Amino acid sequence: MAHSASQVDFRTRLQDWIPKLVLSPSLAVVMVFVYGFIIYTVYLSFTDSKMLPSYDLVGFENYAKLWALPAWWTAIANLAIFASLYILICTTIGLTLAILLDQKIRGEGVLRPIYLYPMALSFIVTGTAWKWFLDPGIGIENTLHLWGWESFHFGWIKDRDMAIYTIVIAAVWQTSGFVMAMFLAGLRGIDNEILKAAQIDGASNWNLYRRIVIPLLRPAFLSAFVILSHLAVKSYDLVIALTGGGPGRATELPATFMYSYTFTRNSMGIGSASAVIMLMTIAAIMTPYLYAELREKS
Amino acid sequence: MAAVEQDTAVRTGAFTRTFIYLVLLLFALFYLLPFFVMLVNSVKPLAEITGGNMLALPDVWTIQPWLSAWSTAQIGVEPTGLRPYFINSLIMVVPAVAISTVLGALNGFVLTKWRFRGDTILFGLILFSCFIPFQIVLIPMARMLGILGLAGSLPGLILVHVVYGLGFTTLYFRNYYASFPTELVRAAMIDGAGFFRIFWRIMLPVSGPIAVVSVIWQFTNIWNDFLFGASFSGSGSTPMTVALNNLVQSSTGVKEYNVHFAGAILAALPTLVVYIVAGRFFVRGLMAGSVKG
Repeated sequence: MAHSASQVDFRTRLQDWIPKLVLSPSLAVVMVFVYGFIIYTVYLSFTDSKMLPSYDLVGFENYAKLWALPAWWTAIANLAIFASLYILICTTIGLTLAILLDQKIRGEGVLRPIYLYPMALSFIVTGTAWKWFLDPGIGIENTLHLWGWESFHFGWIKDRDMAIYTIVIAAVWQTSGFVMAMFLAGLRGIDNEILKAAQIDGASNWNLYRRIVIPLLRPAFLSAFVILSHLAVKSYDLVIALTGGGPGRATELPATFMYSYTFTRNSMGIGSASAVIMLMTIAAIMTPYLYAELREKS
Repeated sequence: MAAVEQDTAVRTGAFTRTFIYLVLLLFALFYLLPFFVMLVNSVKPLAEITGGNMLALPDVWTIQPWLSAWSTAQIGVEPTGLRPYFINSLIMVVPAVAISTVLGALNGFVLTKWRFRGDTILFGLILFSCFIPFQIVLIPMARMLGILGLAGSLPGLILVHVVYGLGFTTLYFRNYYASFPTELVRAAMIDGAGFFRIFWRIMLPVSGPIAVVSVIWQFTNIWNDFLFGASFSGSGSTPMTVALNNLVQSSTGVKEYNVHFAGAILAALPTLVVYIVAGRFFVRGLMAGSVKG
């Protein structure tokens, strides 16, 4: 009996280990390819790496150079404009559409996929479409001229000061439907009884939404903010496809800045430093959110 | 999601309702217009685009731009059309989606039903990897692919997409499995079933909805990826998005807008089809099992 007991013991101990063994390859991969790589890039940002990685430390020199570059300030300013407008407009449109769509609308089943489908497209496709759509020569401006509105002018995409707003337009087009879906799910989760009670108490529709519904959507607002802000910081493909960072360098974002400094301008140290700043920006947004999420669930 | 059919249903008058429908239709127009423009202009001869109205239907219908975009258009230096790149993307997407989904399912199973000290922290570490700006890993990844002998190859791209997709697939399966009764798993353990048998017999049969979410999410993300494709692909492994960008941005010769539009729709087609066929399940599952408050 002792023999079989120890065998059972061995089997249960093996069973204890299997889950950890199953998890370990993924964990190892994440440790190396995410955290190891982050450490590597952080290290590079303190070295004099040019075209190839170098391991000679130079302290904070790259960061000093980075913040002295006008192109980096342009990228940061653009990100500030882009991110705030993108988040604000997507949230406004998303919330509005969700509330309107929630009024027992006939044809909701048709409208919802129409609002949502841009989410399935690549930013390269979106950029290609909007690039020609906004092009003064063949796009919307030309169409309105042909329809008789001769004085109409919309040349933002070729205008240094306005081009960044065309990126906002295209990005909003791509994601606002998705934000709508998030809010719609939130709205459908609200208990109807609360609303009925408020209506019986004589609350107007406006007050009903302002005082009761919108506060109840707080979690949806938070998720929308987190998702949109991290998409904004990561935005790269859309800029490449829509404006290529131009005209001139007017629509440069940190993501395109990092790529061009690292791979085409042979300033890997500065490129790494910019990547580290991007990571810190996202970490500042994500860490508190993830912390709260995980603590709540476990 | 039990209350899916429940509307907030405030009372509204006829005027308000008309206004609501008007706004909703205007937005539908806003979302449809750019795609409509692409579609209409992809079946026009070039002369009609440069000389005409982009919103007008073609006078002469032609599928020539589509044929050209697919098999003869100049991409970079080669007049191959987008076909080889489309195939590259397919070869890359299928294994990357399959591997990351299977690993995500196993991870989710471990993290919910075989809990151990520190598992939440480990999950947090995996989860954070979803949100990192990929610029932070570009340089070391290029070195690593070189060391592994995978630089500029499709297996290299598959590896990259599996690694950076793991966070999301794990997240989806973990949140989904968390609501599955642990008692059933316990009962099976008492009956002597091991880890893989429980996974195979109990968890997998109920995993359909979340597997759909994971597959659609990964498929869309990997198919649509541009940054990794542009950074790590070689001449024989360039994915569709990068090729499309090369086609559209090429500065030599006449700009064949109609070919560009046809190419863009070709690049969008697989994800659109997936979305149209299974989009409903995706949104439903995403709302039920993703990062939400």
